[in-house]
Amino acid sequence: MADSHATAVDTAVASPQLRHHFADMEQQKNAASLGMWLFLVTEIMFFGGMFCAYLVYRTKYFNAFAAGSQQLSIGMGAFNTAVLLISSLTVVLAVRAAQDGKRKQLVSYLVITVLLGLTFLGVKGVEYREKFEKHHVPGPTFQFTDTFDDNGKKIPVDAQHAQLFFSIYFVMTGMHALHMIIGCGLFTVLTVFAWKGHYSPGYYTPIENAGLYWHLVDIIWIYLFPLLYLISRHS
Amino acid sequence: MASAAIPANQSPKTNYLTNGYSLKSWLLTTDHKRIAILYLISITLFFFLGGFFAMLIRLELLTPQGDLMHADTYNKVFTMHGIIMVFFFLIPVVPAVLGNFLVPLMIGAKDLAFPRINLLSWYLYIIAGVLFLHCMLVGGVDTGWTFYPPFSTSASNTNVIEAGLAVFIAGFSSIFTGLNFIVTIHRMRAPGLTWNRLPLFIWANYATSVIMILGTPVVAITIILVAAERTLHLGIFDPKLGGDPLLFQHLFWFYSHPAVYIMILPSMGVISELIACFARKRIFGYNFVALSSIALAVFGFLVWAHHMFVSGMSLYAAMVFSFLSFSVGVPSAVKVFNWTATLYRGSISYATPMLYAFGFIGLFTIGGLTGLFLATLGIDVHVTDTYFVVAHFHYVMVGGVLMGFLGGMHFWWPKISGRMYPEAWAKLSALFVFVGFNLTFFPQFILGYVGMPRRYWQYPHEFQVLNVLSTAGASVLAVGYLLPMIYFLWSLRYGPIAEANPWNAAGLEWKAASPPTTFNFDETPVVTWEAYNYDEIDAKPQEVPVGR
Repeated sequence: MADSHATAVDTAVASPQLRHHFADMEQQKNAASLGMWLFLVTEIMFFGGMFCAYLVYRTKYFNAFAAGSQQLSIGMGAFNTAVLLISSLTVVLAVRAAQDGKRKQLVSYLVITVLLGLTFLGVKGVEYREKFEKHHVPGPTFQFTDTFDDNGKKIPVDAQHAQLFFSIYFVMTGMHALHMIIGCGLFTVLTVFAWKGHYSPGYYTPIENAGLYWHLVDIIWIYLFPLLYLISRHS
Repeated sequence: MASAAIPANQSPKTNYLTNGYSLKSWLLTTDHKRIAILYLISITLFFFLGGFFAMLIRLELLTPQGDLMHADTYNKVFTMHGIIMVFFFLIPVVPAVLGNFLVPLMIGAKDLAFPRINLLSWYLYIIAGVLFLHCMLVGGVDTGWTFYPPFSTSASNTNVIEAGLAVFIAGFSSIFTGLNFIVTIHRMRAPGLTWNRLPLFIWANYATSVIMILGTPVVAITIILVAAERTLHLGIFDPKLGGDPLLFQHLFWFYSHPAVYIMILPSMGVISELIACFARKRIFGYNFVALSSIALAVFGFLVWAHHMFVSGMSLYAAMVFSFLSFSVGVPSAVKVFNWTATLYRGSISYATPMLYAFGFIGLFTIGGLTGLFLATLGIDVHVTDTYFVVAHFHYVMVGGVLMGFLGGMHFWWPKISGRMYPEAWAKLSALFVFVGFNLTFFPQFILGYVGMPRRYWQYPHEFQVLNVLSTAGASVLAVGYLLPMIYFLWSLRYGPIAEANPWNAAGLEWKAASPPTTFNFDETPVVTWEAYNYDEIDAKPQEVPVGR
């Protein structure tokens, strides 16, 4: 290579993780971190489109959305919220363990995070199954009967509009679940690398960036839970 | 890369092109310059494919009767022309080719911040392209490039999902390019290269990248919703199922209007470089030109609904969007006026890149001013979905973007290839492009104004003269586009060897060798001067550049 000379000198003194086009580890870390934050911005815009659709139809068809929301299980939703919050904590602890160079702690926190993520997905699967059984999945088999609010008053609902609620429910939670699956895969790979001792107090950027991703997916759920499960349930 | 094979004492002879000849050394490269070449080849192929469909359209419209193809085929032809040209040519062309090549060079970096993501983005582009080619071969798609529901979600029986998926993947390619540029420009500038010393091409690419990052994910989810609607019968956009097709239009144009600025901004950056170099002057009002790029990126996000004045919006919303659309004229005009002010008392020379720059200013001014017609509510209602609109956006997107791209390709070709292009042929082809372009699209303004709608394969007899003119112009234009491809390839072998800085231009990229070595600079440059310091350069013309 033309100027392998100059780069060889640069890299000889630096850490083996330093890639050739960066001056030092700090520049590399800052670049990776900024890149991750920008990626999170794209994720927010991605989900933003769906939140926009939600907002439009919730305003237009509020009764149908409230009735549809009644059909979701608050218990399972709340349980999943708690699971995700705890998993965010374990991610933070994993980053901390990486900073301190505690390999075993790092590995165990990563494993717990993955397990919590899988728990979330499992519960979500149970909820989806329930929707299939009740014919609440949009499509030709969709059925929706009149519902009653907590005081026993009948809520008049257009089945088509309720179907719209469930369309949005499945799209939003489905996209979120897809991000959870990707996150679980990501953390599994990181666990293997951590086990092999790839990370040190001087180099743990991948853990930190994967953690940022996980927090974002978590935050999106924090919005999804009240918006989908808790419409008109404040009484 | 095969670093071991090249002895160190040969290093002056080795550049990024000669550093490995195997297919693998190209397909697995992480060198931003090689990736730019990969993009150049693939994007050029798509350009000529899109151009082929354009010629089919023009041939069909040569006569008033629908005699070349059926109406259904015509629908598919203009749809493929639109999708290929927008998503596979105009959006990536300047950032992915010239931007990829020049951004690290111009800021004195060895590479983009994420070289492997850069390669990934090219592969995503190729996957998207192959997917779209497949979609085309198994019957194509007929929704128009805008994918409007409910036609796209329930009525069309063509391959909407596959085409949508291709656009979705191409979108990720563009997101990664944008992300890479922003991080690179923030984190990897050479010492002393402050924001106020950056070349305007960098500012333009920065603004473009912001739009790519903020806009593209929205069109991505919109396309997913269309696909979900087709497969799973969700009713989000379908009025039969309670959905609202207007929501689709809002989400679609929220990206697709700013996408126009993704296309035009990098070309504007190119023009700033060309004007300064060939007028031998610092660009007039540097700060205003730089910030007008950012202003275009911001305003560009606030005007999308002017595509929907007739599709059902409240009058007040329409008035607000009309006003905001006018305001985009301000930063655009700042650029045009500052370019022309730069020319004042400059020592202007008429090399081919400068001819393209003049062409750009002329065509963009016509395209921009007719945009004000369309921002005016009353006139827009009259000319919506007519050839007036077609002519307007071709003046901006083709006239603007292609003039900038070709000007930039000629300007930086010595840097990219190490060879000079043949000047006389280049000037001839610039003339062909300018004349051909105006002949093709100016008649369409008149056609649209007197009422010829777009997207029809037949038309009344009285429109024929103007349509014949337009088709004739398209043939001239095609020659103008084919010529550069031929003489660029010719010059690779027979062109005179280029010096490091054949134009005696400012800018760090000219301090690297022609073609640059794999890591661009032997030593990281330290910048102590303003951008476009042509008075200093011309005061001491014998100065030898730092990096050979």
